[in-house]
Amino acid sequence: MSHYVPSRDLIARVAAGETAATARLITRAEKGLPEARDALAEIYKRAGRAHVVGITGVPGSGKSTLVAVLAGKLRTRGVKVAIVAIDPSSPYSGGAILGDRVRMTELATDPGVYIRSMATHGVVGGMARAALDVVDILDVAGFPIVILETVGVGQDEVDIARASHTTIVVSAPGLGDYIQAIKAGILEIADIHVVSKCDRSDANFTLRDLKASLMPSPASGPSPWIPPIIGTSAVKHEGFDELIEAIDRHRAVAFDPDAGNDRRRHIAGFRLLKTAENLLLDRFAASVDNRAAPLIALLARREADPYSLATELLEPTNAEDKSR
Amino acid sequence: MTQPIRILLAKVGLDGHDRGIKVVARALRDAGMDVIYTGLHRTPEEVVTAAVQEDVDILGVSLLSGVQMTVFPKILKLLANQGAGDMIVVAGGVMPDEDVAALKAMGVAEVMLQETPPQAIIDTLKRLVVERGPR
Repeated sequence: MSHYVPSRDLIARVAAGETAATARLITRAEKGLPEARDALAEIYKRAGRAHVVGITGVPGSGKSTLVAVLAGKLRTRGVKVAIVAIDPSSPYSGGAILGDRVRMTELATDPGVYIRSMATHGVVGGMARAALDVVDILDVAGFPIVILETVGVGQDEVDIARASHTTIVVSAPGLGDYIQAIKAGILEIADIHVVSKCDRSDANFTLRDLKASLMPSPASGPSPWIPPIIGTSAVKHEGFDELIEAIDRHRAVAFDPDAGNDRRRHIAGFRLLKTAENLLLDRFAASVDNRAAPLIALLARREADPYSLATELLEPTNAEDKSR
Repeated sequence: MTQPIRILLAKVGLDGHDRGIKVVARALRDAGMDVIYTGLHRTPEEVVTAAVQEDVDILGVSLLSGVQMTVFPKILKLLANQGAGDMIVVAGGVMPDEDVAALKAMGVAEVMLQETPPQAIIDTLKRLVVERGPR
């Protein structure tokens, strides 16, 4: 019934900004189809112009709402915006309910906005596996800014900072005190801090705690960039001009041939290692398919220990690698 | 890696009843599907734009307000215009038998009325995706 268009043939249509072709190539990247690998290689080479802005924060901090208003403001300045919104998959069924669009209805029919919902499908770290391929496709499709919104994260899912040029961490009032703010982890990765829901009276405490905890540390040395702390209210549309100004300023740093060089190398390094890790996991999954069950039974009966069994499970894989 | 079926569930028009579609969304999630829900009071244009951007396998529209003979022709036409004429469109809700026949004739793949058990919906959707083939 359906006519399969080869992924290579989609590239020109993606580059011409055709929505249906862009959406289809994204689907194939998500599926990890071997057929699409060539096309994605070509996409990677062509990409590199878009400013990738990662947005992360705890569940309920207001990420989707912030993204919706931010994208709307960018549109009034004539900037095309792509949004990749990631939501969690069920650990039991593997299914997901992707509801970010509910908060983005004002952007629904604007041809200058592309929104894609992705499920994590069991990947930890706050991002979906193909998220970075998707960003490249949207880059080639002509979006100068790609906003990557992570799942609601906990305290140490920091992959987003290794994948985006600019990382925005959203904090909301009422979710934690000074001690939460000085803990290591997610707050450290921010290039820009946003305190959302600043129409609430207790937002001042959150702003104050963040400012106190983010005083430049003597150990950090001279840095070309000091993360600003910006209060926003999506209800009142306040703070967004300041936020866009900060994003623009950070873009200049991230894309600077010298200052941004480290960051780009980090991003490339993360991409390389993550891709290798995924390939290894795929090979491992394929090779242990049938052999794990008897070992699991032994382990459950405590007739053997996890280290010995895991070593045994890995051995044939090692042999395969050597024979390659 | 096998990818779950992607489906967009939408309520179109002034119909404000979303209990049913939320139950269906939950059942499909529990059957391992990726369900995109766009909320109440959407226009056909909004729903089609979302479905094309999300490149879903199936677009499911629930209607309890009797406007199916206006909404579905519009959705099918918009999909074709946006280069997504091959998307599977299904209808759900309460509607007369003669409308069901007419909807199927115009290209709606399946109409699932009230009292369709969740498992029957799941089986139907899986069958439609298999019949469509790879894309």
